[in-house]
Amino acid sequence: MSEIRFRDVHHRYGERVVLDGIDLVLTEHRIGIVGANGSGKSTLARMINGLVSPTSGSVTVDGLDAGRDGREVRRRVGFVFTDPDNQIVMPTVAEDVAFSLRRSGLTKPAIAARVAETLHRFHLAELADHPAHLLSGGQKQLLALAAVLVRRPAVLVADEPTTLLDLRNARRVADVLAGLDEQLIVVSHHLDLLAEFDRVVVLDAGRVVADGPPAAALPAYQGLYA
Amino acid sequence: MTGNIGLYHPGSSLLHRLPAGVKLLAMLAGVIGVVLLRQWWQLAIAAAVVAALYAAARIPPRVAWDQVRPLRYLIPVVAALQWWLSGWQAAVAVCGTVLIGVALAALVTLTTRVTSMLDAVAVLLRPLRRFGVDPDRIGLLLALTIRCIPLLAGIVAAVSEARRARGLGFSLVALAAPVVIRSLRSADALGEALVARGADD
Repeated sequence: MSEIRFRDVHHRYGERVVLDGIDLVLTEHRIGIVGANGSGKSTLARMINGLVSPTSGSVTVDGLDAGRDGREVRRRVGFVFTDPDNQIVMPTVAEDVAFSLRRSGLTKPAIAARVAETLHRFHLAELADHPAHLLSGGQKQLLALAAVLVRRPAVLVADEPTTLLDLRNARRVADVLAGLDEQLIVVSHHLDLLAEFDRVVVLDAGRVVADGPPAAALPAYQGLYA
Repeated sequence: MTGNIGLYHPGSSLLHRLPAGVKLLAMLAGVIGVVLLRQWWQLAIAAAVVAALYAAARIPPRVAWDQVRPLRYLIPVVAALQWWLSGWQAAVAVCGTVLIGVALAALVTLTTRVTSMLDAVAVLLRPLRRFGVDPDRIGLLLALTIRCIPLLAGIVAAVSEARRARGLGFSLVALAAPVVIRSLRSADALGEALVARGADD
């Protein structure tokens, strides 16, 4: 597993403090991040991928600075957003997955083979030529996952991947996430999704207020609003 | 609403299998040829040829109609104006040319994967690389433009629905303001996703 390290990370948007002195070392296979809206969890997740740079402090992935070495970090860390519609670029399912490999240096047959394998893995093979924007919400999120994982990142960060989905589709995406070999960091409000994870970090007002196995951290989170 | 507009329609016809560059050049030649036609019967023959091409590509009539349907408000206005200014022959010539040109262009997009189109564009623009033009970037720009059609249509539909749900009548400002704001937010999110997906590699 990769080592993701936050060193005294502070972040603010204007006057609003979003992260306030985060020190974390994430090395477990499956890590959940929970917290109320505005607690800073999405900002924290984006920092792992270098999409947001801290106001002060540093975030590293296997020793690479997520801000300075952003491109190299993004090759190691894939990111799935809440709304897959914002992540889909190409008109059809197979083309969108192939888009992720456009600058990979692979030959066309190698790209086609990798895309076919990935679509099969995510049960999207029969939808390869289907218009991506006409997929169901669950299928779109699976496509977003496939489009990220086709690059074979070591780490996958998912920011509320089931928030916009109905119960059936949320379960489907959760099952796929549970079966991934890649290191997984999931921001979620769905606590049952994180119940089997190795570690859960609880954020409140930009600070880590609980950190540990789900059996201890999730009740601590629920206790914040009891 | 825009499910069938300007998107690849899977198939294995000869038109589907032709290289994208050939189709683009043929479309260019076809559109130039149609622009030169003046007689109604010449346009009728051209329209019949285009219809035959749609049939050969096995494009369903409903999908074919979706390609020219957005012109249904524009064509009557242009036709009326042309008839009034220059007579019915001019109205037929102008409207026929526009309809056939749009149908031809749509046929190319319906039978060509966007990735094939981008590859063709990249080849065509390769000579411009020495002047600092990045063909891949231009290709990405075209792909995003195509992607934005259903995205924007979805935003307009959602805003219109919200307006109706609140019992409000039509208002250009009430439509435009949220559409522009949501479009900008979507563009921002799409840009972030492109970076996350390594588009800046």
